[in-house]
Amino acid sequence: MSVPDGVQESRAAWRLGIITPRRKKIFFGLLVAAGLVLPHLVYPVFLMNVLCMALFASAFNLLLGYTGLLSFGHAAFLGTAGYVTGYLLKAWGLPVELGVLAGTAVATLLGWAIGALAIRRSGIYFAMITLGFAQMIYFLAVQLPFTGGEDGLQGIPQGKALGFIPLHDPYALYYFVFAVFALGFGVIYRTIHSPFGHVLRSIRENEPRALSLGYDVARYKLVAFVISAGLAGLAGSTKALVLQFVTLTDVHWHKSGEVVLMTLLGGMGTVMGPSVGALLVVAMENYLTGFGDWVTVIIGSVFVAGVLAFRRGIVGEALHLVRNFPF
Amino acid sequence: MQALFGQLLVGLINGSFYALLSLGLSIIFGLVNVVNFAHGAMYMTGAFFAWIGLSSLGIGYWPTLLLSPLAVGLLGVVVERTMLRRLYQLDNLYGLLFTFGLTLIVEGLFHHQYGNSGNSFPVPEALQGGSNLGFMYLPRYRAWVVLVSLAVCFASWFFIERTKLGAYLRAGTENPRLLQAFGVNVPLMMTLTFGFGVALAGFAGVMAAPIYQVTPSMGSGLIIVVFAVVVIGGMGSILGSIVTGIGLGLVEGLTKYLYPQAAATVVFAIMAVVLLIRPAGLFGREK
Repeated sequence: MSVPDGVQESRAAWRLGIITPRRKKIFFGLLVAAGLVLPHLVYPVFLMNVLCMALFASAFNLLLGYTGLLSFGHAAFLGTAGYVTGYLLKAWGLPVELGVLAGTAVATLLGWAIGALAIRRSGIYFAMITLGFAQMIYFLAVQLPFTGGEDGLQGIPQGKALGFIPLHDPYALYYFVFAVFALGFGVIYRTIHSPFGHVLRSIRENEPRALSLGYDVARYKLVAFVISAGLAGLAGSTKALVLQFVTLTDVHWHKSGEVVLMTLLGGMGTVMGPSVGALLVVAMENYLTGFGDWVTVIIGSVFVAGVLAFRRGIVGEALHLVRNFPF
Repeated sequence: MQALFGQLLVGLINGSFYALLSLGLSIIFGLVNVVNFAHGAMYMTGAFFAWIGLSSLGIGYWPTLLLSPLAVGLLGVVVERTMLRRLYQLDNLYGLLFTFGLTLIVEGLFHHQYGNSGNSFPVPEALQGGSNLGFMYLPRYRAWVVLVSLAVCFASWFFIERTKLGAYLRAGTENPRLLQAFGVNVPLMMTLTFGFGVALAGFAGVMAAPIYQVTPSMGSGLIIVVFAVVVIGGMGSILGSIVTGIGLGLVEGLTKYLYPQAAATVVFAIMAVVLLIRPAGLFGREK
């Protein structure tokens, strides 16, 4: 896959000294401060939903934006982890941490299985294969007894984090989710900026060349896929905890498309893009719930408009503006 | 025994639709280099046009069989001319994303207008009834669907492999710039090819209308299976997509008879096995 426009913009911003280590520290510091204060200003459940989807989209972006692999089946990992966590908390009464960890672990394993098969083809076939396996997971979720079929899993208990923090309190739950998000986001950030991440980018930009330089491209792709799937699972497990239910919509192909939209809209291949996109899409869905079927039409139109005219995404576009601004 | 042959017939019919749809997908992908996610939505649109034509304009099955695909093809031409065309310079993933968005729009609009419940389309009079073959009962309409699908598939194969226009199409798939240099209007060819492929999906939709319920979501489940069929068969050859489509339909039918729970997932399981053994697909070429 060719380089997404967002990457070019952020690279230029580095080169021109618009992004500097100092400014980055200040930016992330402000972000953490905002994250700590916000629940007192905005409805916490909305924020938690945004954080879960932002983690989901950031994990997805590790594949699409940084490795150049379009997975059209990421809902499988989100949903499976949600179902596993929900079931373990509800039926077995496991502690919250264990439930979330187990969900993430199952998603990671699933990512390993699907990834190992999917990376045998590239480009457009990769997208179709991941879509196919995700549909398989969807049918399994419909049929298997423990998922609750059409009704889904309802009434998942939230329990106590570390044995003493009651998570049914929205603020406590929010800070728990915020910590999970920060952890997941940190892992993604470190992965992108590690030597491993540089190899991933070289694969995206010129796969035959990376191969000829001696990199085991298939293995790098697989590891990237597994990390992405695992973190998508972490997002799914946390989401199950927040909303206290998991339904078939979490494994439906619409969800896989939604995460593509978030990443595209925010700016693929940029660190902050997917989170911005997630905020936008979740807000849009929240405010448009009254419009019924029009939501799908509007989401589809945003998709089409984004692909046709807005491929840099919001963050990429902002960086582009800053770059061309006469300082 | 009756049940087995009944399921195999259902499989054969599903397989005919897989073949028709994957054929259109392959033709479009070959020349235009876009994987058309909206193919399922176009199939649904074809079925809906037939149903709307009958219920509000009184247009019968036979005229619809021609008119509805034509309308769907026209829709495809408009989409290609106004929007899809701008994406040809880019990575072909953008084409997939664009057609995905288009699918959401089309499905959402039909959903809004006609709701979620199924609408049934009557079998045309001339094809009602059926005959008892001794080992099974064969409804006449179903036999018609299988025969016509095979005929259309074969005609497409003949057109592409044995006519001059088909030779242009194949040349365009190999090297569009060279073909353009020889004076062939390649952009126009791309438009018509996209229109034709989409019309084929609309045609399959009309054929399906009397068998399945006409609903806004009838296409999207199908297209994902067709993608798996395309991965299994490879998009290289036309006969390959026909054989794979029908073969997988039959396997699905057999699974429904032997172990019904696995019927929905068997195609994806086969996809996994094919990826392990022959990653390029049964009839595909490497890269």
